[in-house]
Amino acid sequence: MAGIWVFIEGSQDGPSTIGLELLTKARGLGDDIAAVYLGSGEADAATILGDHGASRVFHMAPGEQLPAAGAAAGLADLIAAHDPAIVMFGMSYTDRDVAGRLSARLGRSLLSNAIDVSIDDDGVHVINEIFGGTTLVETVTATHPALVVFRPKSFTAEGGVGTTPSVETVALPDVGHAGAARVIERHEEAATGPKLEEAAVIVSGGRGMGNADNFALVEELAGLLGGAAGATRAIVDSGWVPYSLQVGQTGKTVKPDVYIACGISGAMQHLVGMKDSGTIIAINKDAEAPIFGVADLGVVGDVNQVMPKLIEALRARS
Amino acid sequence: MNIAVCVKQIPDPATPYQLDPETHWIVRPEDQVLDDTDRYGVEIALQLAADGDSTVTLISMSPAGNLQGIRQALAMGADKAVIVSDDALRGADALTTAHVLAAVARREGADLVVAGTESTDGYSGVVPQQVAELLGVPALTYARNVERSGDGLRIEQQTATGYDVVEAGLPALLTVTAGVVEPRYPTFKGIMAAKTKPIDQLTISDLGLDAAALERGQDIVEVRPAPERQAGEIVEDEGDAHLRIVAVLEQAKVI
Repeated sequence: MAGIWVFIEGSQDGPSTIGLELLTKARGLGDDIAAVYLGSGEADAATILGDHGASRVFHMAPGEQLPAAGAAAGLADLIAAHDPAIVMFGMSYTDRDVAGRLSARLGRSLLSNAIDVSIDDDGVHVINEIFGGTTLVETVTATHPALVVFRPKSFTAEGGVGTTPSVETVALPDVGHAGAARVIERHEEAATGPKLEEAAVIVSGGRGMGNADNFALVEELAGLLGGAAGATRAIVDSGWVPYSLQVGQTGKTVKPDVYIACGISGAMQHLVGMKDSGTIIAINKDAEAPIFGVADLGVVGDVNQVMPKLIEALRARS
Repeated sequence: MNIAVCVKQIPDPATPYQLDPETHWIVRPEDQVLDDTDRYGVEIALQLAADGDSTVTLISMSPAGNLQGIRQALAMGADKAVIVSDDALRGADALTTAHVLAAVARREGADLVVAGTESTDGYSGVVPQQVAELLGVPALTYARNVERSGDGLRIEQQTATGYDVVEAGLPALLTVTAGVVEPRYPTFKGIMAAKTKPIDQLTISDLGLDAAALERGQDIVEVRPAPERQAGEIVEDEGDAHLRIVAVLEQAKVI
């Protein structure tokens, strides 16, 4: 059985959440599971990766350069030496950069927006979402390695395996000009409250909020519920809020316990990022809005009437 | 500076998308529109080209149709367009698309290739990185701010927790997020000028590419609708709908 590999980016918080989700899934696909870890703190990371099922860790240390070009070249060398059946990536910033470059380097297709995978004698079967998640496409890749990029939250991360993996450090090859982009500064943006991708409650606003100032209602409600504020592409494009708040196809994929959509019509591009939420509550003036098609509770009304009353009622309880 | 901007004509996103049941290719009408996300790439290219000594060329791969989408981008102010339209490219995957765009960028002698982060219709989100690898250039991805820096570019790159400032010399590839700049609206003059701007239509043989070499090793075995979420309760707000919301929040145990 050929190896099941997961590319995992590290940060100061350790291995990425999506990396651990994919590693958990990898355990069901085979026995020889490797994490290709791009980041620092590899000793602590290896413990976490082993606990999620990695039997070996290939460690790549990023330098001053943007790492994708070097990481892709390093991965290509490792693949040539070990012939894994599949390399799994997350639909995140760095993962996409590395996966895209690796695909071009190897001359092999890359499947994006995958939500499930299995392996049998025919090869690697991948289920992808297209058209905003309304249609599923199953493909089979018969030759090694299948390169697959998964949507976040397709699987749930579970540790507790307790494997102690071997750790092999791999130097990033020099790729010349392609690898010459340099990181000059790093900025963490202070976020209040939980991260959008991890929040149990998300309150999102769309064009129906009326104007940028009214977005304060979204933030206030999110704060009262201990949640995070999100947004549609329409209001990000309009400059009301930063891109980092965007939920949807070109933004973040979220799966909170409760998602409250305020003044959001429910364009396909938005639905793909939130339709798997636990409970969906939608407030919108237009009774025909597609968001009501996925809402557990739909309130046909003006957000600027309903939200202040809701905020008041929640305040009165605390 | 020669700037090539990747743009795409797509079926109107307001209409439901369909796959041809036989070929599994997306059904593309004659009348396609410019992918809205491409306007950001065109705008940043026009701003970077404002030194007067630069050319902005739109590069695209899709059935040409009536070229309405390409003319929309030309109307913003791009100088010319090159579109690769070839029956052999129907149903092309991301890597095939990247090979074609990279070949056009080479043909145009592009110092900088600009793209959105992903298209609205296919949204594989990896074509720009593939193009960068094929061209052997650095990819400055997910830019939320872009400026010239010496002979190269300096960007603010969106990250999961904030942003990084990243610099690279040319040639390079740049992808921009929505909101990086405010795209201009075409003026009447721009729309009129777009009608006579050069649009080169190429086939893959014009680019020296071989269709057989672009074949990939994957088979689609099934296409099916995703399970639909059941719609729930709908209430009209008569001044007390917030109480119903509170009840649902209680039920979900988040308050």
